[in-house]
Amino acid sequence: MKKQKSMSKNKKIKNILSYVILIILSIIWLLPVFWVIMTSFRAETGSYTPYFFPKGFTLNNYLKLLTETHQFYFAKWFGNTLFVAVCSCIISTFFVLSVSYVMSRMRFKLRKPLMNVAMILGMFPAFMSMIAVYYILKGIGITQSLIALIMVYSGGAGLMFFIAKGFFDTLSRALDEAAYLDGATKFQVFTKITLPLSKPIIVYTVLTSFLTPWVDFVFASVIMGDNYNNYTVALGLFKMLEREFINDYYTQFAAGCVLISIPIAALFISMQKYYVEGISGGAVKG
Amino acid sequence: MKKNPLHIIKADRKAERFVLPQVIRNGDAYTKLSILIMGAANLCRGQIVKGLIFLAIEISFIYYMIVTGITSLVNMTTLGTQTQGWVYDETLGIDVLTQGDNSMLLLLFGVVSIVVIILFILAWRANLKSALEVQSLKEQGKKVPGFIDDIKAYFDSKLNRTLLTLPMIGILAFTVLPLIYMILVAFTNYDNAHQPPGNLFTWIGLENFKTILGSGGTISKTFWPILGWTITWAVFATGLNYIGGILLALLINQKGIKCKALWRTIFVMSIAIPAFVSLLVIRTMLQPEGAVNVLLKQLGLISKSIPFLTSATGAKITVILVNLWIGIPYTMLITSGILMNIPADLYEAARVDGASVRKMFTKITMPYVFFVTTPYLITQFIGNINNFNVIYLLTKGEPSTLAYYQAGKTDLLVTWLYKLTVNSKDYCYASAIGIIVFIISAVFSLIAYRRTSSYNNEEEFQ
Repeated sequence: MKKQKSMSKNKKIKNILSYVILIILSIIWLLPVFWVIMTSFRAETGSYTPYFFPKGFTLNNYLKLLTETHQFYFAKWFGNTLFVAVCSCIISTFFVLSVSYVMSRMRFKLRKPLMNVAMILGMFPAFMSMIAVYYILKGIGITQSLIALIMVYSGGAGLMFFIAKGFFDTLSRALDEAAYLDGATKFQVFTKITLPLSKPIIVYTVLTSFLTPWVDFVFASVIMGDNYNNYTVALGLFKMLEREFINDYYTQFAAGCVLISIPIAALFISMQKYYVEGISGGAVKG
Repeated sequence: MKKNPLHIIKADRKAERFVLPQVIRNGDAYTKLSILIMGAANLCRGQIVKGLIFLAIEISFIYYMIVTGITSLVNMTTLGTQTQGWVYDETLGIDVLTQGDNSMLLLLFGVVSIVVIILFILAWRANLKSALEVQSLKEQGKKVPGFIDDIKAYFDSKLNRTLLTLPMIGILAFTVLPLIYMILVAFTNYDNAHQPPGNLFTWIGLENFKTILGSGGTISKTFWPILGWTITWAVFATGLNYIGGILLALLINQKGIKCKALWRTIFVMSIAIPAFVSLLVIRTMLQPEGAVNVLLKQLGLISKSIPFLTSATGAKITVILVNLWIGIPYTMLITSGILMNIPADLYEAARVDGASVRKMFTKITMPYVFFVTTPYLITQFIGNINNFNVIYLLTKGEPSTLAYYQAGKTDLLVTWLYKLTVNSKDYCYASAIGIIVFIISAVFSLIAYRRTSSYNNEEEFQ
């Protein structure tokens, strides 16, 4: 009896300790989030303040951000990014699903070599080819345009098939075989049987390719240069922190960050399950 | 390609690789004609559309080669001879600015020509194979499939080709072609002193690699410390994230903890918020006058600002710590599922044998998680070698130093590569570094993958 009591006491201490650690960690984790939200409502402009909590709160930063058009045209950037994201997400999803289905379900002579080539290509740093891509786009004559961005984001998407392939590998083949016996072609099996069963991985692929344009600023900055009209949100926000703008635009930058982060974070958290399945499924298979 | 109708060929599978000897040995007149005139066999045997497509490919290839292809290839060997500049024009009697050769474009066109030639050879092989196929069908007295049948096959037995075509074109144009171009640039002197169109650049062999690896100049004095820091960074970033993530997952998944989903969501916030937002915000927070220093001062914990990002050592520690902020939840997400899937009877058996909690952790949990996540760990390590975002957004590679060429104390190889490309336009060094990074990634993943238990004894935990 006595022993049991001490054990439960031990457990209680352990629990309390765990909660304390979790709370401390949570504060650390949420501090930047809390701070950027607070800054986005800050009434005083300027980048750095000599005190932590703002003296006054206002909605002006959001209003200014959304209505201003001459230097930083945030509303237009938002539209640009949405357009690029939708287009490149459709193309990428189509590419990724096609390639991963083929690599998972079909057997042909070039299958292994192609998969190895994809792996080797993936080991080169992405920025290495950046400047060559730029010159190719310049050669076609479409730099500084949104089409160029769409092509850059979705062009190489076919290489990102490993995770979706891992998922297709786990789907049972019994259904496929049954369909073949009924005289279905491979294309019919792909569109009528495999795809309807693959909702998680389709959601995952759509989501990841939709998010790329919102968070990339490297390729966008190389392609867009100084064409402010065609900037994406990420690139624009990055620009706001440059030395000549940071003092006037810091609170607006914070407001922009909040506006962008809310939908993306919400999407991510609601799709978390698929994301984990995609990553760990792909990781376990290797 | 999978089915090979000629029974003679089936007996000799090795010869399958080379189509030409087969055609010469077994082909009849029409098939042999296809060597020179693509699609001839198809045209003569009733596959009009297919034959015409082959023929069109050949004609357009020949046209391309005559118009630009051959000159492109020749120019690629020299990368241009005529420098842009003022040349005395006798008829006008004054100096005239002449348009010189543009080495950059010459190299690009050369690469395009090579790709076109490779594609043509593939088409030519397909043409020969198709010729053999029709011939054998004719010999066996079977019906030759028409164009409609061919199209149907492309949605059934040859679906792989249909589905792969567009993605492959995309990869070819936006990954392979630029990559070949940049790999070739690594063997030229395309640096900021040789910028077309004003100047020419030319082939210099392995000079760039010699400069980077061991000339004793500033560039190699930049390369080696940066390489060292890249490896240190990758080891710490990967290892600490991994251990921290597993510990956090264990902490949250304890039996006594309530609201597991809430805790998990709090930590996942740092992945859910776009990295460029959170990192830029953290960067401003960590400045000498930034929010963190201000807060610590107001709380009376420090009197002088902590140099989070302004001193070299401080910045290095800071980036590793901030990376934990992003990385730990990531590992936690991945390992949470795995931890819950560890067979409970393993722990039961250990408990019966009187194993301590720590022992169970080191002997059951860690080996199990490690086994399942090894591939993830390897990809993470390589990902960290190439971790552009964290470093560039947080420190921009700074604090800068005069001892380095175009780099700062926290620059990784990839951020240095980026700076060499965007700031100083030393494309040849950037490309050479890209190749070196590739070699490092490839070697690490090969070694690590071969040493892991998941490679050597796959059955152990299944």
